[in-house]
Amino acid sequence: MGKTMVNEQVILKKETTIKQSKVAKKGLKKHKENILIHIIIILACLACVIPFLLLISVSLSSEVDILEYGYRLIPKNIDFTAYNYILRDPGQVISAYQVTIFSSIVGTIISLTIMAMAAYALSRTSFSYKKQVSFVIFFSMLFSGGLVPSYILITQYLNLKDNIWVYILPSLVNGFYVFMMRSFFSDLPEALFESAKIDGANELRIFFQIAIQLSKPVLATVALFGVLQRWNDWFTALLYIEKQNLMSLQYLLQRIMKDIELVRQNQDLFPELSQMINLPNDSLRMAMAMVCAGPILIVFPFFQKYFVRGLTVGSVKG
Amino acid sequence: MYSNLKNFSSQIKRGKPSKVLKKKDNIIFMFMCFPLLISLIIFSYIPMCGIIIAFQDFNSRDGIFGSKFVGLKHFEFFFKSQDAWRITRNTVGMNLIFIFAGLIFAVVLALMLYEVKKRIFTKTYQTILILPNFISWVIVGYMMYTLLNPAQGIINHLLESFNMKTVAWYSEAKYWPIILAIASIWKKVGIDCIIYYAALMGINHEYYEAAELDGATKLQQIRYISIPFLIPIITILTILAIGGIFRADFGLFYQLTRNSGELYETTDVIDTYVFRALKNMGEMSMSAAVGLFQSVVGFVLILVTNLIVSKTNPENSLF
Repeated sequence: MGKTMVNEQVILKKETTIKQSKVAKKGLKKHKENILIHIIIILACLACVIPFLLLISVSLSSEVDILEYGYRLIPKNIDFTAYNYILRDPGQVISAYQVTIFSSIVGTIISLTIMAMAAYALSRTSFSYKKQVSFVIFFSMLFSGGLVPSYILITQYLNLKDNIWVYILPSLVNGFYVFMMRSFFSDLPEALFESAKIDGANELRIFFQIAIQLSKPVLATVALFGVLQRWNDWFTALLYIEKQNLMSLQYLLQRIMKDIELVRQNQDLFPELSQMINLPNDSLRMAMAMVCAGPILIVFPFFQKYFVRGLTVGSVKG
Repeated sequence: MYSNLKNFSSQIKRGKPSKVLKKKDNIIFMFMCFPLLISLIIFSYIPMCGIIIAFQDFNSRDGIFGSKFVGLKHFEFFFKSQDAWRITRNTVGMNLIFIFAGLIFAVVLALMLYEVKKRIFTKTYQTILILPNFISWVIVGYMMYTLLNPAQGIINHLLESFNMKTVAWYSEAKYWPIILAIASIWKKVGIDCIIYYAALMGINHEYYEAAELDGATKLQQIRYISIPFLIPIITILTILAIGGIFRADFGLFYQLTRNSGELYETTDVIDTYVFRALKNMGEMSMSAAVGLFQSVVGFVLILVTNLIVSKTNPENSLF
């Protein structure tokens, strides 16, 4: 009797240990899977970051080191010659910054205002022509006349060549953002608008005083996308800008890649520099890239929330 | 009296404004749309009418109204040249690679990111993965240059240290499809990954719990729960991408290749061709013709893909 009892207890104990070890094994397996996933994602992240580090590293290397060892992920000696060089004669960089900041901020403000007003009108059920207006916007997203007609229009008929407004005017409207804002506006509670109407507010006032106040997230998203797109714009300048003082940052950067002399045009002002043998070439280029890309890389991760929201809203069927 | 009041209140409830009021509203609404419409007319619709120059021998002295009409001459010339096949093949082929390779990478990455439960990790990973999206192709071109520079580049140094032959990357066309594919995925995968990740986050967790209770493995859960939930958004994004298959990312093909003529065999696409014909050779009508060919085919492609999707799976169609 007693023996069987003990036996049973032993069996029970065994069973529970087996169960426990199974659970533990499963947990371990899960743990292993998780670590594997982390490793893969971290590798992907490294792949994203290393090119940036490479740029920084080359910009901090001296020309002698580059010639001797090639580009390296970790510089042999840290050397600020390239940055000093840019800081010594920052005229070109500053003017490019001015152009880019102006076109990013003014362009985004105008564009956002225009698009938000239209999006609001399109979101209202009482607007009789919303179908027609929507179609006009939608069709412009699907079909375009191509590069050449706009080029001719802008250079020969609108005289926007070598004009700061060429950065702003042609790219004011983006249909995606209009529809994105429209769907945001139409999700706002109708009762709000109705009560405002009963109080005697007209639609324009409702838009500015109610709709805009309630739509800051979507407006912020569109604004951020707008700033980013304009900050990174070099194509407009490539087509329409020849004057050096109107070059945008990214275009200046592109020109420097081809023609490093662009930064050095004022070197007669510093004769001692032009006599130096080891004028920085590659490191100067990469330092310029860092000077141009740095701000956006530092600022934008803070607004990531809005980006993610914009992406997820924008991908939903309008 | 009472019934009148009732009528009135029901009118308010239904929100049916009087005709005068509606007319006034409509004027305000049109006024609000006006700047956008003007902007679209000038910068989208007038250029659309400008496609007529593709059928002319355009020169800037005579302008659009004075240039000679030549019919399909430029189209004939273009389609008879070897360029037509080369740039069309490169554009469509490379875009197909970008779309499908990018899709696979983004979905796999999103599925993995979804398994990471700690918020601090997912946040950090996301931030790092979309970093490349914030920089322009010019800067990506710089990065590529540090990797591929024949003399000092990292890749050639690595090849040397393994005693392998170095490659003159900027004059060997055959390597560029893969280089461009890597660059394109590198820059865009983070964004797509986040879109898919957000879609995954929207799935009700009870599905997974039920599946787990029934003994489904992780892979089965992915196969039968996650993927089906991702299909609609994958379809929409892919339609959009296929609609744009005739439109190449100019920056990618222009900046990364440093516009090197030796690479044209594999890297010349419609957009770079049009740009060169316009800016370097000044052949307005010719490049307008190629641009029109691109726009029309792109437009038809969008309509067709959307039609196919709306026939097979109406909920996922775009319009």
